[in-house]
Amino acid sequence: MAGPAPRLSIYDALAANRIRTAVLIAVFTLIVLALGFVFGEYLQPGGGAALMPFAIGFSALSSAGSYFAGDKVVLGMSHARELGVGEEPQLRNIVEALAIGSGLPTPKLYLIDDTAPNAFATGRDPRHASIAVTRGLLAKLERTELEAVLAHEMSHIGNRDIRVMLLVIVLVGTVALLADWLMRSMWWGGRRGRDRDRGGAVALFAFALALVTPVIATLIQLAVSRQREYLADASAALLTRYPPALASALRKIAADREPLEVANKATASLYIANPLKDRPAFFDGLFDTHPPVEERIRRLEAMG
Amino acid sequence: MEIALVVAGILVVLAFFLISMYNRLVTLRQRVREAWADIDVQLKRRWDLIPNLVETVKGYAAHERQTFEAVTQARAQAIAAATSGSPEQRASAENALGGALLNLRAVAEAYPQLQAVQEFKDLSENLSATEDKIAFARRFYNGGVRDYNTALMTFPTNVLGGMFGFTPEQYFELTDVAERAVPQVKFT
Repeated sequence: MAGPAPRLSIYDALAANRIRTAVLIAVFTLIVLALGFVFGEYLQPGGGAALMPFAIGFSALSSAGSYFAGDKVVLGMSHARELGVGEEPQLRNIVEALAIGSGLPTPKLYLIDDTAPNAFATGRDPRHASIAVTRGLLAKLERTELEAVLAHEMSHIGNRDIRVMLLVIVLVGTVALLADWLMRSMWWGGRRGRDRDRGGAVALFAFALALVTPVIATLIQLAVSRQREYLADASAALLTRYPPALASALRKIAADREPLEVANKATASLYIANPLKDRPAFFDGLFDTHPPVEERIRRLEAMG
Repeated sequence: MEIALVVAGILVVLAFFLISMYNRLVTLRQRVREAWADIDVQLKRRWDLIPNLVETVKGYAAHERQTFEAVTQARAQAIAAATSGSPEQRASAENALGGALLNLRAVAEAYPQLQAVQEFKDLSENLSATEDKIAFARRFYNGGVRDYNTALMTFPTNVLGGMFGFTPEQYFELTDVAERAVPQVKFT
């Protein structure tokens, strides 16, 4: 196949993803520790240290939780239903064939009952991986296009992208939730408590929050590197030996104006193409989860 | 004394190096064998589908005897090649079977009533899926053979491979049946 070789090989991707996983968990732990310390100091001067064991336990528990059960959470959030053995035989046949072609176990298959065409893969490793597709994807794509989309998802599984993306979603979600909860409890707690301390504590908290927010944004960017989508596209083209199918599938998915109702800002980065059709402008720069479809199509066409 | 330690250190490093090289060859060869098993499973599944398919088509196109016989014969030869033959012989027998099946499908195309039969539709989808899987399994196998043979041919693994009797594996070459075979459709 003539064409530009992917700039990132699968071996680089595996190594990079291992480092990303470690960095993610470390940064998450640091954020939780920082939040815990601030909250402890707020409750009682010098009380920050007392909260540390709790904060460490909490971050360990939620890291382990998102590692082992994150896929269930994400699939549940997306209202995906696991397909039985006899259901959608064509989909199952294609996935089984792709699994053979990439030397991976066949992932579990899930269906999202929505007419917007889209798909994502999740799980902690290839042995515990799932692919979810919408009913719209099955209805609107030709067999070769469906195969190309599924090959893209199999590539995410093979490159171990699924683990990083899963950790990002659940851990970033947890931090956001925690920050929100702490802010509320401090606000209301402050109202009830001595007014003199409130100003200082809130200022301290605002400082912490200001510290945390850019880190969260960085984390998301870490997770949604454009390079990864390009690599998965290239691997999919290599697997199916037919790049035009993925190009036309992407075109169809992008042209479909219907937003996917079950997707939200947290899970959007999982999907093969951005499922949120009416995103606000700021979302574009900071949380740009996918490279522009036109650019992906251009690269795929250059391969053919 | 110090020299002895240095020499011992070098030997230990060398031993680790050799062991890891040997293990890599074994892993690569194992991957080839597993991939071969994958192809085997799919080829057998194709054989299993054929009798039913032939019977179904026969019900609507009884006079296309030559086509049925060609398929049945090719199937028997493919099964025979599997028990005795090298990957090369096997590939050519399976290749012939693929060609015969293509003819059978071309014949079936000419019978619209047959296309409407659910059993035929199911068998057809099953056969397509199986041939898809054969194609993917073959690519994965050939990729594994390529990696293993490359390791066996490049320095320094080639020395070690020669010492421990590693031999290159054969590619499984199925030429793209759809491109090669010209379907012979007879409207008699």
